[in-house]
Amino acid sequence: MTGLKIKMLVIGTAVLGAFAWVVLTQGPLAPVKVTVEKIQVGTLANGVFGIGTVRARHGFNLAPTMTSRVKRVLVDQGDTVVTGQVLAEMDPVDLDEKFTGSERVVQKTANAILAAEAQTSEAESRLKTIAATLARYEELRGRGFVSQEMYDTKLHEKNAAVSALAAASANLATAREEHARAQADMRGIGKARAQTRLISPANGVVVVRLAEPGSTVVGGQVVLQVVDPKSLWIETRVAQHQAGQVRVGQEAEVVLRSRPHAQLAGKVARVDMVSDAVTEERIVNVAVAAVDASIGEYAEVTFKLPQLNDTRSVPTAAVKRIDRQTGVWVLQDGQVVFKPVKVGVTTMEGRTQILDGLDNDESVIVYSQQPLRAGIKVRVVAELVRG
Amino acid sequence: MINLASRDILHGWGKFVFTGIGLGLLIGVTLTMAGVYRGMVDDARVLIENAGADLWVVQQDTLGPYAEPSSVHDDVAKDLLSLPGVVEAGNVTYLTMQVSHERKEIRVMLVGYEAGKPGEPAYMVAGRPITRPHYEALADIKTGLALGDRISIRRHEYTVVGLTRRMVSSGGDPMIFIPLKDAQEVQFLKDNDALLNERARTAANPAFNRPGVPGLLEAIQASQTSSRFVNAILVRTAPGMEESVAAQVERWKHLQAYSKNQMDEILVARLIATSSKQIFMFLVILAIVSAAIVAFIIYTMTLNKVREIAVLKLIGATNRTISAMILQQALGLGLIGFLVGKFSATLWAPLFPKYVLLLPGDAVQGFVLVMLMCSVASVFAIRAALRIDPATAIGG
Repeated sequence: MTGLKIKMLVIGTAVLGAFAWVVLTQGPLAPVKVTVEKIQVGTLANGVFGIGTVRARHGFNLAPTMTSRVKRVLVDQGDTVVTGQVLAEMDPVDLDEKFTGSERVVQKTANAILAAEAQTSEAESRLKTIAATLARYEELRGRGFVSQEMYDTKLHEKNAAVSALAAASANLATAREEHARAQADMRGIGKARAQTRLISPANGVVVVRLAEPGSTVVGGQVVLQVVDPKSLWIETRVAQHQAGQVRVGQEAEVVLRSRPHAQLAGKVARVDMVSDAVTEERIVNVAVAAVDASIGEYAEVTFKLPQLNDTRSVPTAAVKRIDRQTGVWVLQDGQVVFKPVKVGVTTMEGRTQILDGLDNDESVIVYSQQPLRAGIKVRVVAELVRG
Repeated sequence: MINLASRDILHGWGKFVFTGIGLGLLIGVTLTMAGVYRGMVDDARVLIENAGADLWVVQQDTLGPYAEPSSVHDDVAKDLLSLPGVVEAGNVTYLTMQVSHERKEIRVMLVGYEAGKPGEPAYMVAGRPITRPHYEALADIKTGLALGDRISIRRHEYTVVGLTRRMVSSGGDPMIFIPLKDAQEVQFLKDNDALLNERARTAANPAFNRPGVPGLLEAIQASQTSSRFVNAILVRTAPGMEESVAAQVERWKHLQAYSKNQMDEILVARLIATSSKQIFMFLVILAIVSAAIVAFIIYTMTLNKVREIAVLKLIGATNRTISAMILQQALGLGLIGFLVGKFSATLWAPLFPKYVLLLPGDAVQGFVLVMLMCSVASVFAIRAALRIDPATAIGG
């Protein structure tokens, strides 16, 4: 064999070797790269995440009770108001005149009472006189000094006087009723007049001013909104499947959109009894100590749940669901095998608690370059993507 | 007996090897083109596989979420679960759009899915699945995003918490997965300007902004900003129940249901048909051109050796010896060409922006074709060589 031939053979073998290496490691025939991890035993800190908006726990919508025109608005957004303060006034239209009229009617009915009283006393007096006259006639008739006819006339006069007194008393009662009615009317108009004023029901801050003087609003249409600034909280929406562990009193971290780098400490103040059936979210209200935020602002809330100690867990990325069976792919003597497992909680950091079905020393496949199937050829690497 | 072919090659080995490499690069391009074609079809197939569904339930009389727009109410998924044979049903939305990351625009297919339901990516290469119900995203590594990156999609910022691989749309755009609720908002809720504009338009409509009905306008505006639609419902059925479930869905739910095969047909035979045929035509022409070039090279190589062949004839070499020499040289050239071609195609395939799938079957086919081509080409060369007059060895 010549030196040349040996050289050719060596070069040929090298070229073929390189070709085989490229074909087997770079192309479609290469083994699937995977990363493996063992079960970790330790503390799992879990949480629940929700998004919410800043709302006032106590808010008051001030609106007139009937359709009217706005006459004056005395406060603006941001003004601090106290209980009983007049904040706005509707145009009373003819209510003032009606009130004056009703005052006059009250006066008139008071006078009518006086007149009726005078009539009554007159009737009483007349009855007294006629009764005395009748008594005298009775005596005279007994002695035969007056005729029966005259006596009967006097008797009739007395009966008429009794009736006149009764009529006068009735008139007096009617006049009193009229007076009471006129007074009630006057009070009613006074109340209607008072309704045209919007009065603050609590100490707070005006947050919305929706109508300006001159505009006409219907009954119930909000003109001003007053909230108690100390009662701001975050109305948080939590997915129903995660809401089961949220309890009143739990701590929460709140991040407002206006200050994305500041974390505020909050506490669950109320878990609403009614959840949103359409979006399948439960409303959890989180009180925060001092919020300097606009109402309606977006906030992210993370509820801290109790820690789980001495818990076995694997990365959530390793947990797969195949044919309705939850499990993980493990590497047993170089073979890829699917093992059904029972999983517990999944934390927000991406670890899943393993309750059963996996030994601590088993190599769990976490990441893979391709979907795995039993018996596939794999090569274990430290990481698939350089981070 | 000495091997004339190897002797001749060794005599001018540089020329021979470089011709082989040149030929190899050409074959490499042809193999890559085949890979591009296969990759294109595979992109469509992988989209179907990744959905992990047996049935796609979409709007009536539409061609599903990939080939045509479709919108279905999102509570239909719950109705479907009551049908016999349905095991799992998950809502999904698909939207091809640009997302921005550090002032760089990335074209992606945005997928909204429900965790734990069909439509979830089946495997990952880094990070973790989405655990928060809002504003987290999984990105395909083709997007160039890394774990922890923040991308803005419409009105919100999303954090990339996990990376996937080979999750692409039928057009090859990498996918970004976000929670369904966010995706519904992205799809149907526009930017802030559009929202304000829409509100103003509604307020200007006297039917919606009536003076005697306080609250009506607000109620209508609130209803305009919430979306209850998805593009498709992915359904997993009990084994062998696909057809009966599809028939029930079409008959009673007034929706369209496609099985895996039908979806494959829609995507491969209709959606990407023209572009894949385009690539295929190019592949055919490239193959023909390569074959022609191989034939010409071998032919000219033989014609360059007219004198040597004449001398061989003079000293009494048989036709058989001469034919064998030319055939062996042609096959040798083909072998070098194929090795170089396969080598280069394998190395540069991952550099392509879109997926290039090199199938071992294609390589074997390519090898057989190259060898066949070389043999056929050498026939012409052999005929030319046998016609050479031995006298040319002496003459000028």
